[in-house]
Amino acid sequence: MGTKFDLSRVLEDLENTSTLDELGAVAVGLRDKLKIDHIVYHWVDGGGDQYGCTTYPDAWVARYQERNYHRIDPVILGCFQRFQPVDWKALDWSGKVAKAFLKDALAHGVGNQGYSIPIRGPNGQFALFTVNHSCTDDAWQAFIGAYGRELILIAHYFNRKALEFERSRQPDSPRSLSPREIDAMTLLALGYSRAQVAHSLSISEHTLRVYIESARAKLGALNTTHAIAKALSRGLIVV
Amino acid sequence: MLRYLYADELHKFPKLAEGMFRDRADQFKTRLGWDVHVNEKGEERDQYDDLNPLYVIWEEPDGSHGGSMRILPTTGPVMVTDVFGHLTGGQPIRSPLIWEVTRFCLSRGASPHTAGAIMLSGGEVMEGFGLTHIAGVFDARMIRIYRLIGSSPIVLGSEGTGRDQISVGLWPYSAEDCNRVAERAGIPRELSRLWFRTAFGPTARHRFALSA
Repeated sequence: MGTKFDLSRVLEDLENTSTLDELGAVAVGLRDKLKIDHIVYHWVDGGGDQYGCTTYPDAWVARYQERNYHRIDPVILGCFQRFQPVDWKALDWSGKVAKAFLKDALAHGVGNQGYSIPIRGPNGQFALFTVNHSCTDDAWQAFIGAYGRELILIAHYFNRKALEFERSRQPDSPRSLSPREIDAMTLLALGYSRAQVAHSLSISEHTLRVYIESARAKLGALNTTHAIAKALSRGLIVV
Repeated sequence: MLRYLYADELHKFPKLAEGMFRDRADQFKTRLGWDVHVNEKGEERDQYDDLNPLYVIWEEPDGSHGGSMRILPTTGPVMVTDVFGHLTGGQPIRSPLIWEVTRFCLSRGASPHTAGAIMLSGGEVMEGFGLTHIAGVFDARMIRIYRLIGSSPIVLGSEGTGRDQISVGLWPYSAEDCNRVAERAGIPRELSRLWFRTAFGPTARHRFALSA
């Protein structure tokens, strides 16, 4: 298990994907390079809708969906609302339901060791990236020690691509600003007063207020200053 | 001792949680005069507290809140980009290996080494989870405290002047800094690591390889 692998090469392969199938192919390649049993990228949204790719056997994937296992899977429950990487050994497998689930998973070819990286994306998005293998605790510890940080980076690259493929799945994806809103916010960011901005754009202050308010609402900002800060940090306006 | 608690675990420590939000009101509203919202229970909370952040809390021997800070990953919504993004040179801080720390707070009756202990937890978090940096927002007064504790940030940008100055800064991970902070706080690293493992399980204890 494990081998010296070229992180930049993996990230490049990921960069070149444009479909979920291609992402799946990178997952297979990565699994083989790392000489581990499985890799899973799993995006679960608020409605329980699932999206992702996995090297798990088809039979297990089908069973997981058919049984709605995401509702009782200790990995999902233990990582949801968290953001630190979790070794499966730190999760609570003591309940009857969890024990039965684990037994079923192992019978379907899931390894006994796992390491899951929760991903907190934009607007409350939640996804999980998991590496899975069958080996001793010591061997697993050594593997995670050697590759932990690379895995975190890879996990976020998987997620970034998934977000790119599935823009419509994103919760309330931030909308872009209209040209007039950009003009108004840019001038405000430069320190112009409202009167000066209205004059520069040849509009009334009343109309200006409408542009500012719509920009504020689109950005989910609390006030104008917050809206300017958000527009700047998202690169929507440049001063 | 240091406790690492996600917001959804705070209910297990009601006294500690209540003390934290009240001491935040006392520090940020009463003492510093920041424009923060204090609710009818006298607690200071904002929208980032609703994102299930991780809190690090120094618990005094009598079980009360001595000090705390709030941690969020910069891949999601954070103050350093949403509110103070204009202070970081036009480039938002957004990396899976950088977490944000805000609301660094000390109670009025905090024991002397509380600030250092909380700072040390930042080092444990970086070490335990393989982070490269912690990003933070802090006021002018904290710069001196950070120096005394033994870990000064790289300041990326500031606004305001004098007491009202607010800055965004980065703390790079450094094993040396961790050990120095621990020594000045009078807390053996072994003990600090034990608290960390108590929260995150026995396996979260190794420094990741630095090859990345």
